[in-house]
Amino acid sequence: MTGGMGIGVSAPRTEDRRFITGRGRYVDDINLRSQQYAWFVRSPHPHAEVRGVDAADALKMPGVTAVLTGADMQADDIGPLPVAWGITSRDGSPAFEPEYPALATDRVRYVGNPVAVVVAESRTQARDAAEMVNVDYEELESMSSATAAMEEGAPLIHEGAPGNMCFDWEWLPAAMAPDARSNTDKAFEEAAHVVSLELVNNRLAPNAMEPRASLADFNPATGQLTLYTTSQNPHVNRLLLCTATLKMPEHKVRVVAPDVGGGFGSKIYHYAEELTVCWASRRLRVPVKWTAERSESFLADAQGRDHVTRVELALDADAHFTGMRVDTVANLGGWLSAFGPAIPTVFYAPLLAGVYRTPNIYVTVKGVFTNTTPTDAYRGAGRPEACYAVERAVDEAAVQIGMDPAELRRRNFIQPDEFPYQSPVGQLYDSGDFEGCLDLARELNGYEEFAERRRQSQARGKLRGRGMCFYIEACGAAPSQAAGQLGARAGLYEVATVRVHPSGSVQVLTGAHSHGQSHETTFAQIVAERLGIDFGNVEIVHGDTGEIPFGMGTYGSRSLAVGGTALYKALDKVEEKGRKIAAHLLEAEAADIEFTDGQFRVAGTDRAVPFGDVALAAYVPHNYPLQELEPGLEETAFFDPENFTFPSGCYICEVEVDRQTGEVELCDFVAADDFGNIINPMVVEGQVHGGLAQGIGQALLEHCRYTPEGQLLSGSYMDYCMPRADDLPNFVVATRCTPTPFNPLGVKGCGEAGAIGAPPAVINAVLDALRPLGVTHIDMPATPQAVWQAIQAAQSGD
Amino acid sequence: MREFNYYRAGSVRDAAKRLGASGNAMLLAGGMTLLPALKMRLNEPGELIDLAGIDELRGVKLTRKGAHIGATTTHAEVAGNVELRAAVPVLPHAAESIGDPQVRNRGTLGGSLANNDPAADYPAVALALGATIFTNKRKISADDFFVGMFETALGRGEVVTQVLFPKPQRAGYAKFPNPATRYALVGVCVAQFKTGVRVAVTGAGASVYRLPEFEDALDADFSEVALDGLTASAANLNDDMHAGADYRAHLVSVMARRAVSLALD
Repeated sequence: MTGGMGIGVSAPRTEDRRFITGRGRYVDDINLRSQQYAWFVRSPHPHAEVRGVDAADALKMPGVTAVLTGADMQADDIGPLPVAWGITSRDGSPAFEPEYPALATDRVRYVGNPVAVVVAESRTQARDAAEMVNVDYEELESMSSATAAMEEGAPLIHEGAPGNMCFDWEWLPAAMAPDARSNTDKAFEEAAHVVSLELVNNRLAPNAMEPRASLADFNPATGQLTLYTTSQNPHVNRLLLCTATLKMPEHKVRVVAPDVGGGFGSKIYHYAEELTVCWASRRLRVPVKWTAERSESFLADAQGRDHVTRVELALDADAHFTGMRVDTVANLGGWLSAFGPAIPTVFYAPLLAGVYRTPNIYVTVKGVFTNTTPTDAYRGAGRPEACYAVERAVDEAAVQIGMDPAELRRRNFIQPDEFPYQSPVGQLYDSGDFEGCLDLARELNGYEEFAERRRQSQARGKLRGRGMCFYIEACGAAPSQAAGQLGARAGLYEVATVRVHPSGSVQVLTGAHSHGQSHETTFAQIVAERLGIDFGNVEIVHGDTGEIPFGMGTYGSRSLAVGGTALYKALDKVEEKGRKIAAHLLEAEAADIEFTDGQFRVAGTDRAVPFGDVALAAYVPHNYPLQELEPGLEETAFFDPENFTFPSGCYICEVEVDRQTGEVELCDFVAADDFGNIINPMVVEGQVHGGLAQGIGQALLEHCRYTPEGQLLSGSYMDYCMPRADDLPNFVVATRCTPTPFNPLGVKGCGEAGAIGAPPAVINAVLDALRPLGVTHIDMPATPQAVWQAIQAAQSGD
Repeated sequence: MREFNYYRAGSVRDAAKRLGASGNAMLLAGGMTLLPALKMRLNEPGELIDLAGIDELRGVKLTRKGAHIGATTTHAEVAGNVELRAAVPVLPHAAESIGDPQVRNRGTLGGSLANNDPAADYPAVALALGATIFTNKRKISADDFFVGMFETALGRGEVVTQVLFPKPQRAGYAKFPNPATRYALVGVCVAQFKTGVRVAVTGAGASVYRLPEFEDALDADFSEVALDGLTASAANLNDDMHAGADYRAHLVSVMARRAVSLALD
């Protein structure tokens, strides 16, 4: 009845036909009559006073409609870009949140900081005129690294943040406060072995395939503003536009996020550019479009990671983990991005238990301002950083005590009968079978035959290494009340409406947003399965506040666990109403009606009515219980989860290192993941592949590099190294399933797993290959030069 | 990109005339370097003179003297040329290592040489093989052609028409690609002629250059072992985020050995 496309089937993607044939409709494909183009004047300096903006020459250029500045914005009472999550320092004071104007008013704090916008009849005219805007800068001293920003005498970026410190935070979850610190210190005093590592988690540029773009259309006759924008969450964007920045009534603003070509976190936020085009359109009374060039994306999209971490692990004589201390310095950039303070704190520290029973964990994090592009969530968002710290330390411990890394992990696993498991850092893990995943990964890797493969590599003059990682992450953000206690300033539920048409076909309006996640396919599979109707009779609508009641959008692998569950709950309501209608049609009691395979049936009889007839009766209520039921068949559900979900998995990879050049070749990569139940295995496999590619990119290739002063060095693909297909091996992926009990679908989320688990697996493998040469440490990305230098240093005894 | 005039030349003579007459015209061959530079506004010519319509600039011909390759012959055409694979295999091998399929289908031999990117592959092959670059006005030996970073001996109004690569006894090109761009971080071409061995390095310095010490050693004994103990100097080598001068110098000796090994294959 589902057209063969119910839950668990690798249904071909509905989206593919339009994407593959070039018929996708992205923001830049939308053109409105009389539209004009915006080009941003951006700071070329990492840190400078803006003493004045002289637009006289620019205004004389052909086609120019306006040059607008931060002062104009202030005059129009446009609010600063909001911070969506408040963090409290350990002394009880709130994190310093600078007022972040979309166009700089008095000071710029990173290269690319918008200062003014030119609006003209063509893009080229706007760009030409932007070059003629004279900004009077007084350059100030600057720095790009958080460590440098914390040094005494470092230039001050914000007057309100002495020492450039945004916050100095410690993690004392209620479950074990206030003794976490002393208990952890005691564990270290009593330890038989202590491992200590200093790790750098490299800064990354998100690199969505489609650069950001916004087209704003203010209608002066109706006072209605429509914004087409590359957003992962159009409703939240509208909320912030209306309440924080542009200050318009919500019913007068429509935000549309049409086809969006990838986000990876970078399209969550309410950015300066989309606010500016909305304001410009309202002010100038013409539609205004801005489309980023790739060079702008490198400067102006929120970047990811950038931590320096000291991690210490204490073990007893039997190799049980007894304590862990983590001290992290997080680089926040020149301003706070919306979730900037939350990612290195509440999305990081609560995952530092990993999959282990470590009883005592103490975490401190300093958030530091620097003269760089603001950082925020990037695929994994805090969890890759946590996993990297834990899994590097565990591997180091295995080396130090001379134990097989798989055996050391096994000895410390949380056991299946301990779920739900309360971790000492505040998470209640839902389910898992870590040993099962480990065994699966070992089998797929051919764990026992590694020595032979290493010997063969050696015969070819190559150094072979194997690395392992076990990750766990929190997905399905989030229980709103728990998030609120942690500082969130919004709810994190999701919304779905199921609209059954009179003819029985179904439209779903979901608050989740697909920018590559395949919702149009997987959500339709859920509907087909539940209602017993053909997959082709279901349409998934997303990304338009004009059509969809509300939504919190897509990030943090939440769409299925939260949005899919909202859909499931709305389907419950449809089924329930259908049962009552069917009872009337079949002249039976609703309690006696069962619904299977698209048929409402009187239990134990052959009297049945198909779903389509019930839908028709709801809209043509000639024979209908109008005294008890409203006509129509359309239901909405808001779902706020009780807990996060916790996907986990074991990754094993093998590398060959060319010791002459330092080149690392990935030979094999095995991923054994537990995502709970799976709706579409092909889509999940695709998500794993994408995540692995980005995780491997972080480990071996990608690095957002600045000069010490804050000029971006890796500002194009000439220097920013993206993974290519030939950098990657054929992935071997498999799943084990322990369904989560915290949503009715039993699903956990799979979007970020690869990006979380791959980096430590790869680096552990590289180090395994290099240890025979005396190399004990390497930071990401392990580029050929970095590997060669590490070998040189070890060989010369440095 | 700024506005510019586009002119499709009908002949070499036509292109040269137009180029000589204009103060700020540039020749467009494959555009694989020029078009990105225009988009970034790093180059702002008033006119582009497109060579794509000039048939006489395209094609591969083998004679007793060696391989004559037309200036607008694409990398893909060189890489896929069966006769070249038999006669001068180092040329298709090097062409195959340039960029990606899209670049190889657009990028041209003449464009690459005239641009003289310090990390381009062809200059190393041209210099090691002692190629002769023919223009509409004269012929220039590779030893005189490559002057400095993005700089050649070409004068105003001069158009590269074809390149003659003498056929070596054996030759090899080994390249360590820049992980981001796949240009040569270091590329070394080694070619043995009856008259002696020539070794040329690209990617490492400001422009392609020869390694006399390596040439002498290989003249005496054309083998990898002959290079034992020889190191390349790091002085004046490029230093960037992908590779410091030391690492590049090290790669020069590693790639030289690999080039010899390929030549002997």
